Amino acid sequence: MGSREGHTATLFKESALTLDSGATLSPVNVGYETYGTLNADRSNAILICHALTMDQYVASTHPITGKAGWWERIVGPGKILDTDKYFVVCSNVLGSCLGSTGPWEDNPETGEPWGLDFPVITIRDMVRTQAALLDHLGVGKLFCAVGGSMGGMQVLEWLTTYPERLHSCIILAAAARHTAQNIAFHEIGRQAVMADPKWQEGRYYGKGSKPDKGLAVARMTAHVTYLSEDALTHKFGRNLQSRDALSFGFDADFQVESYLRHQGSTFVDRFDANSYLYITRAMDYLDIPRRYDGRLADAFAAATHVRCCVISFSSDWLYPTVENKRIVHAMNAAGVPVSFAEINTPHGHDAFLLDEPEMDQMLEGFVKAAAKTGGLTP
Amino acid sequence: MSQPNKLRPDLQLIANLIEPGSRVLDVGCDDGALLNYLVNEKQVDGRGIELSQRGVNASVAKGLFVIQGDADNDLLEYPDNSFDYVVLSKALQAMHKPRDVLISLLRIGKKAVVTIPNFGQWRVMFHLFTHGRMPVTKALDKTWYNTDNIHFCTINDLFDLVEQEGISVKEFVPHKNNGTRLNMGRRRANWHADQALFLLEK
Repeated sequence: MGSREGHTATLFKESALTLDSGATLSPVNVGYETYGTLNADRSNAILICHALTMDQYVASTHPITGKAGWWERIVGPGKILDTDKYFVVCSNVLGSCLGSTGPWEDNPETGEPWGLDFPVITIRDMVRTQAALLDHLGVGKLFCAVGGSMGGMQVLEWLTTYPERLHSCIILAAAARHTAQNIAFHEIGRQAVMADPKWQEGRYYGKGSKPDKGLAVARMTAHVTYLSEDALTHKFGRNLQSRDALSFGFDADFQVESYLRHQGSTFVDRFDANSYLYITRAMDYLDIPRRYDGRLADAFAAATHVRCCVISFSSDWLYPTVENKRIVHAMNAAGVPVSFAEINTPHGHDAFLLDEPEMDQMLEGFVKAAAKTGGLTP
Repeated sequence: MSQPNKLRPDLQLIANLIEPGSRVLDVGCDDGALLNYLVNEKQVDGRGIELSQRGVNASVAKGLFVIQGDADNDLLEYPDNSFDYVVLSKALQAMHKPRDVLISLLRIGKKAVVTIPNFGQWRVMFHLFTHGRMPVTKALDKTWYNTDNIHFCTINDLFDLVEQEGISVKEFVPHKNNGTRLNMGRRRANWHADQALFLLEK
């Protein structure tokens, strides 16, 4: 698919969005993309929830990087999420930086960028914003809500908050709460940003420089958590970068160093440092079982009609199989119809974005069967 | 999508015992053939557990709900009395802890349907007696070192375990590999049946 003008909806103009923190936001802008056409009985809509640093450009060219959509392998004409049959919606999450309201946007009260005055948001706040966008687009019930990683966390909050608006859902490599290790890695990333003198307590907008170094380090750390030791060894080993011998210095001697530096430096061109702080915070605050006195099953009590598919990846140590199975067992205990598989792969957490034939097969079977029960042609 | 009305004979014996409209958990559901039949022909609310990715994908493509996992560990996560029937077809002998699994089946389900390959069948015994080696037959087709079947038992053995655990046998259906029922009691069946089906209740 070619490049296109991004869409933006301005929501919560009359009545403000009340956040989990108690703060309110009005208005709220949402950057989004749609693919395919909503059918006459409005029964073919799929919402794709994106991961931490992804965006709405799921199957169209990214406006800054010029790269292909991040899930074109799965979304498009004739693909598993077939845009000839389904109306696919993907929106930039609240707090992010590609058209949706976030810390980079002007605070309507002061006319200055929000910076750290922007209220802390949660995954559920992102979901409330998506629900309002779907209202705006005339979509009542979703045929399917799909997401991996933080996207899967949003799908879980869809199940707890708007179960009546779901026919089916797909959750990939996710968790219902952030563990101490998850929070620890995010904190390293945030501290890297905040330690950069150019961060200036978050007031770097319009000053000609931004905390690129700090954000790049945050990205490098996070990127390692998306891979696996096997994947790193297989891809880089101890190979040297453009040299025959060690430099006895601190250049990027090793390919893995060069790779991470590249990941860091390209990331800062497309992502806002404060957005990174806010979104990682939202993920850290996720603890769905806590809202139900530790009984995750109770979170799904009103979702027994929703067909669910949960997939984990064997080498994912960020949101490992055990966390995904926790979700599955809770769904089972609540009587939610759920299928689950752990895909055998060396690719770590990022596997959900990669070519994993077993995952594709399961997704395709699940979506086609869900279409049949949803009154759509499979 | 496969036609659900033609079922493998040994699975048909199981299906015959299931009340329409009940809740069924099939442990080791393979490609979902039995569950698919039960969902379509007997309107059951069916769920499965399956170890192989191939089996999970085949089941999901049929529109079934199947969780990848193994009975030894995953049964512990299911609530008490959440199913009317729990089915364990020709898998008890592959469990690490068959006794614990048997008890789990009847904790989760009001009834359990268990089928076993009968190690007491005369050809198996004859093979062991004459060759002095672990038998390899049509029903038991792997050698001792690479078989998944680590806890073989005979019909008499399962009757003993069931009685020891205070479980009652509601139905006992000894049969041949082709699903043909053998009209005989447990003593003769222990010698003649390739397989046997037990409908168990607490």
